[in-house]
Amino acid sequence: MSDDAPDAAATAAPVTMVPSHVRLTYTVTAGRHLSSYLRALADRRIVGGRCPVCTKVYLPARGACPTCGVPADQPVEVADRGTVTTFCVIRIPFEAAPFPPPYVAVAILLDGADMPIFHLVRGIAPEEARMGMRVQARWVADDQLGPTLASIRWFELSGEPDAAYETYANHL
Amino acid sequence: MTAANRCAIVGIGQTHHKAKRQDVSIPGLIREAALRALADAELTWKDIDAVVIGKAPDMFEGVMMPELFLADALGAAGKPILRVHTAGSVGGSTAICAAHLIMGGIHRRVLTVAFEKQSESDAMWALSPRIPFQPQLTAGAGGYFAPLVRAYMRRSGAPDDVGLQVAVKDRQHGLKNPYAHLRIKGIDRAMVADSPMLWDPIRYLETCPSSDGACAMVLAAEDAAAAPRPPAWVHGLATRSEPVVFSGRDQVNPQAGRDCARDIYAQAGIHTPSKDLDVAELYVPFSWFEPMWLENLGFAAEGEGWKVTASGATALGGALPINPSGGVLCSNPIGASGMLRFAEAAMQVRDQAGEHQVDGARRAMGHAYGGGSQFFAMWIVGRDRP
Ligand SMILES: [Zn+2]
Repeated sequence: MSDDAPDAAATAAPVTMVPSHVRLTYTVTAGRHLSSYLRALADRRIVGGRCPVCTKVYLPARGACPTCGVPADQPVEVADRGTVTTFCVIRIPFEAAPFPPPYVAVAILLDGADMPIFHLVRGIAPEEARMGMRVQARWVADDQLGPTLASIRWFELSGEPDAAYETYANHL
Repeated sequence: MTAANRCAIVGIGQTHHKAKRQDVSIPGLIREAALRALADAELTWKDIDAVVIGKAPDMFEGVMMPELFLADALGAAGKPILRVHTAGSVGGSTAICAAHLIMGGIHRRVLTVAFEKQSESDAMWALSPRIPFQPQLTAGAGGYFAPLVRAYMRRSGAPDDVGLQVAVKDRQHGLKNPYAHLRIKGIDRAMVADSPMLWDPIRYLETCPSSDGACAMVLAAEDAAAAPRPPAWVHGLATRSEPVVFSGRDQVNPQAGRDCARDIYAQAGIHTPSKDLDVAELYVPFSWFEPMWLENLGFAAEGEGWKVTASGATALGGALPINPSGGVLCSNPIGASGMLRFAEAAMQVRDQAGEHQVDGARRAMGHAYGGGSQFFAMWIVGRDRP
């Protein structure tokens, strides 16, 4: 290096941060209980598992009931409609968002299940969303069905009157 | 307490919490807190027998098991170092693990540290993972907790503006805390009410910030507690957890939180927490969690927490000051946030809290929760030796 060449490293602002993106590729083995739930979704059905001790129906079926410790896997088909127990309106934009905000993210107690599932409700203005709304699954087209909860595109109002608070108060 | 050795908090230190502490690396950040705790105790690295360190999920900074590369910065070469991991409650559980090493008679002086450097991470990304076999449903912590807030509002019949009140109150407290990250001069209800809805019903100014920061404490056995300043003494401590999923789970008022509180009250001989405690630092990352935790922890009957908040009792100068430091709503270096609650409780009973001191505080509670409201860590500290 000659004496009169400017030394860029000496005059540049110090480097304080280097973004370094993390990526991890992995293979998931769904296992027996989750697989039975996912395969049913590919067939437009929602199948959970009942605990033989407390009789609660879990979605998906579980190798162990969280309360009783025994397999909660007696197959039970539940409805593809249910009651919104609670919800929030997502208004914050973020990278992985499924839709441009605002959109309504909900907990739904499907008829016949004892655990809410999480999903989205479309087709209503966010300010019209409310606890107790009755909703119905909107499935994807046949050629898009697969072993994933994404086989349900979203939920929509079923047209039934809202459920009474008491019917879902124990699932909040 | 019986059977266990007594544990004293003899040194407390924390960083200035900011959105970006680009002046320090992660090792520099934790050293800043640790050196302040050692200085407060008038001790040096040599005096420390072991280090207990906590932070929230490793995915936040993308550094797996950072305790390994941080051991040198914490003077832990050749000493036992233990990592604790309980999501957002970790700062509290970390302090409890450290206290257990003292109370079990294993060590005489333990340095405990917790941190997060959110500017070197993306917690919103880390908390919104693409889960196999699922459409994208989560939207960070707010997307998870906002439905619980709505459920609380419905259950309790609380008026819509209680969350605004907490957001203003904690930010006013934060203005008295030189270490606080968010210092919003002139904060008032209109400012909070006019801030954007992020996760309806949670507004931007009802939400905690993303902070860089660390907290450290030196805990000591009774025979090592001779400190330049009076110590705080541990009167009770406990952790509890519950599964994030089970049918009939009460997520608004989780059983693990109720059980944890009952346990520490029994240890400390507390019958009426709202009267027997002088101040509490509760983990309130979204404003509505103040009334929710007041009920969960037995400061108010179920459905009545919002009335205590609305009465003004939880502000500095009120009957039951909550979060005089400004709380998580002012500073949220996630892994450290629980320990900051524990440390502020100890500062209060040591009469060390400066402008945000509660006059005459003799017994204080520190509280932390994490995950899907499923991990709890709490302690009660007092001015008097138990
Ligand atoms: Zn069961």
